[in-house]
Amino acid sequence: MNTSMKKSRVLIVFIAALTVALAPRRTHSANGPSVATPSPVILVQNATILTVSHGNIEHGSILIKDGKIAEVGASVKAPKDAQVIDAGGQFVMPGIIDCHSHIAIDGSVNEGSIAVSSIANTADVLNPDDIAIYRDLAGGVTVANVLHGSANPVGGQTVVIKLRWGQPASKLPFEGALPGIKFALGENPKHSNFGGRGAEARYPATRMGVEETIRGAFAEARDYKASWDVYDKRTAAGEKNLIPPRRDLRLDPLVEVLEGKRYVHAHCYREDEILMLLRVAKEFGFKVRTLQHVLEGYKVADELAAAGVGASTFSDWWSYKMEAFDAVPYNAALMTRRGVVVSVNSDDAEEATHLNQEAAKSMKFGGLSHDEALKLVTINPALQLGIDKRVGSIDAGKDADLVIYNRDPLSAYAVVQKTLIDGRVYFDRQRDIADRPNKEKEKKTLLDKEKKAVEKNPEAGAAKPGEKKPEEKPKPPSVEISGGAL
Amino acid sequence: MKKTTCVAFPITIFFAVVLGFAAFANGQEAPVVYAITHAKLFTLAGPPIEDGILVIRDGKIAAVGTNVDVPAGAHVIDGKGLQVYPGLFDPVTQMGLSEISAVSATVDTSETGAFNPDAVAAEAILPSSEHIPVTRAAGITEVLAVPASGGFDSRGSSNILGGQASAIHLAGWTINDMLIKKSVAMVLDWPKIETQTFDFATFSRKPKPYAEAKQERDKQVDELSDWLDNARHYAQAWGHGGPAEYQRDLKLEALVPVVRGELPVLVFADRARDIRSAIEFCDKQKLKMILAGGAEAYKLKELLRSKGIPVVLQPTLTEPLDEDDPYDRSLTQPAELADARVKIAFGSFDNSFARRLGQQAANAVAYGLPYDEALKAVTLYPAQIFGIADQIGSLETGKIANVIVTNGDPLELTTDVRYLFIKGQLTSTDNKHKALYEKYLNRPKAK
Repeated sequence: MNTSMKKSRVLIVFIAALTVALAPRRTHSANGPSVATPSPVILVQNATILTVSHGNIEHGSILIKDGKIAEVGASVKAPKDAQVIDAGGQFVMPGIIDCHSHIAIDGSVNEGSIAVSSIANTADVLNPDDIAIYRDLAGGVTVANVLHGSANPVGGQTVVIKLRWGQPASKLPFEGALPGIKFALGENPKHSNFGGRGAEARYPATRMGVEETIRGAFAEARDYKASWDVYDKRTAAGEKNLIPPRRDLRLDPLVEVLEGKRYVHAHCYREDEILMLLRVAKEFGFKVRTLQHVLEGYKVADELAAAGVGASTFSDWWSYKMEAFDAVPYNAALMTRRGVVVSVNSDDAEEATHLNQEAAKSMKFGGLSHDEALKLVTINPALQLGIDKRVGSIDAGKDADLVIYNRDPLSAYAVVQKTLIDGRVYFDRQRDIADRPNKEKEKKTLLDKEKKAVEKNPEAGAAKPGEKKPEEKPKPPSVEISGGAL
Repeated sequence: MKKTTCVAFPITIFFAVVLGFAAFANGQEAPVVYAITHAKLFTLAGPPIEDGILVIRDGKIAAVGTNVDVPAGAHVIDGKGLQVYPGLFDPVTQMGLSEISAVSATVDTSETGAFNPDAVAAEAILPSSEHIPVTRAAGITEVLAVPASGGFDSRGSSNILGGQASAIHLAGWTINDMLIKKSVAMVLDWPKIETQTFDFATFSRKPKPYAEAKQERDKQVDELSDWLDNARHYAQAWGHGGPAEYQRDLKLEALVPVVRGELPVLVFADRARDIRSAIEFCDKQKLKMILAGGAEAYKLKELLRSKGIPVVLQPTLTEPLDEDDPYDRSLTQPAELADARVKIAFGSFDNSFARRLGQQAANAVAYGLPYDEALKAVTLYPAQIFGIADQIGSLETGKIANVIVTNGDPLELTTDVRYLFIKGQLTSTDNKHKALYEKYLNRPKAK
């Protein structure tokens, strides 16, 4: 069946990180809040506040100043000039943190040609116009761990972003968050489900080869680091005219891993490969920060807890490939019960729009409490990304990253009303709805203009990409327009 | 009220099922009489009944109401604080046809070639598929297994006539036990004007000029017309003497009920232009159309209503088609269609996400669909759309007893199914996931 809906869904589910940007790109008029003006003083009042760190507050208020939470409690005194958001009957929770995302990446998320692609960096290709940023904001997501794909045992470098829709790429990265690197184990890096069909075979093709590739890379990185250490030591001791070691862009990020300056986020499925990676990490003296997907994490939960590694998993995905056949929706709960810090992630722009609901499933499957379920998408991913001092709970001093729902967010009936980042309203459902007629009008105007242009000069409408004038911005594929079949 | 056996606690009934009636967890053994008492009954044939009684006998619903006698010898389930609904119905799945979507050896969803009207889902359904009990645990008691409705093996082939969908119960030792109706619809993946193709070798999208894409579509539609014309001729010739005097053609034979308007066509289409051309085609060919997917059905709601074409909606948890669509486009569409009096049902279009059926309906409620409509869109409406509402879809006397007893709203994420009946038999909600959960919950602490 070829309906685009199913194809893209199946693709996403199946590839789980081998996706490319499927939609044609358009430039969006920035409709986020202005950052030129100073951050407003805001009082959110009358809400049920799910603090995550210190219980729930009925009829509570949150005072926001300078982008931070200034005060939270049952009675909060606000300055007269504070903007008031009356959230009577509504629920406020910390902004959702998606520990596995591929949004805001311009083009393919995979540099799949080589087994060690640590040269590539998602931070270099951030696209602030990706509509997924806005849609995920509308689902309450405020922070995303933007990962490279899973085609390589050692994959590309990764970046944590805030979903500051409307702002340039340079404003997206989460200030001070440690960068990461993607690793991948199992079927994707060994190309079990792809290849053939014109794709060239690439080492590795087995889980043995995956292990060997990672060990090989770190053996090199350790030697490389040692040569730099010697150089630095001798230079520091005053030696002159030394020739520095040859710079290796592939190994630099791995040295950062060895030095604890870069987090490892490892895509994995099966229990055996999970323990394999922990052995390799131990051998080379680095930490795995998070295991991603980790669908069989529940089988080795004690080992994960002992290693102090975080687990970031799906709510209820299963059976889309062999290594996902023992996946269970109880995974988050089972690992939590054994002392693992667990988060529930999306790996998919659409899935990210309802992570609150996905977290709620852990109450049904494994009996997590309301608070434990909330943690799966707030403070736990914050801990995993090392940003828990800044975000993940509603506490004075933390960033004012908040989501307001019309009811308890751990329900399938909850709808996001507002999403705030750094104390600014980046998504407002009422504003979005009110703005729709204007957007429709704007679209119609543009389409009419394009139609007229095509009528006047049919050649222009059917121009081949190569025939465009160099100063022209690339246009979206306006197929319906040129075909006149809207 | 006579009570011979009183089963007061779920755990008791659980053991009863596991130890005593294990034989009928899947099979169709000796009928048992059950009475669910003191429960709130959502019959979907009228307003909910407080403190009602539901009697199940010989696989059928024998009585529903407040003024009902509990038959002698009935197993009584105290439903105090519980709610009773017809089991949920997922009308687009690949249940039993696909086990692990990436492992082609386990996938039987789509035949090669574009025209396979004689491929029938029921002929390839694996009764012991792990997906069946997992899906059942979500309160889903019956589904359609729909050929060519998804799965990764279909990526290389372009099915136009994908085969016949079968309605099955989600329990049974063999397909004979499971079958509700072998053929409920002919699957038609409506040829689309595809101006972008996905190249799996390079994992990228490639543009195709509109004129070329349209020409390809038109050619496919012409081919489809030929098939239907041939089927009409075949039916005529067949009428004059029967197959003995005419070379049999199984593919054309399979299309005879379609051209006669007896078997509906389940037409997969998403874009408004594709849906419109499919409607025009079905009109001209006098086919009975059911739309599946329908991402842009809202653009044609008046047409759909006036033609009486029901829609099995794509999952509400789906990204809008276009970047400039409102972010909640997929979520508000069900309410918009229902408001325009288009009959809708929800479908998962999947196996592993079938258990999200209730979630999908609830999400539509959050965005404006009346709750009653949402509930019917996962029970009664799909049964009506596929012509089996005389047998299932509501709690009415005489219908097959596919019934769930829950501790709350069956569409909500945290609700548990306490008891589940298929064909009137108390059926286990145990499954692979629960078994793995229990196994690893009890793993001794690692040293």
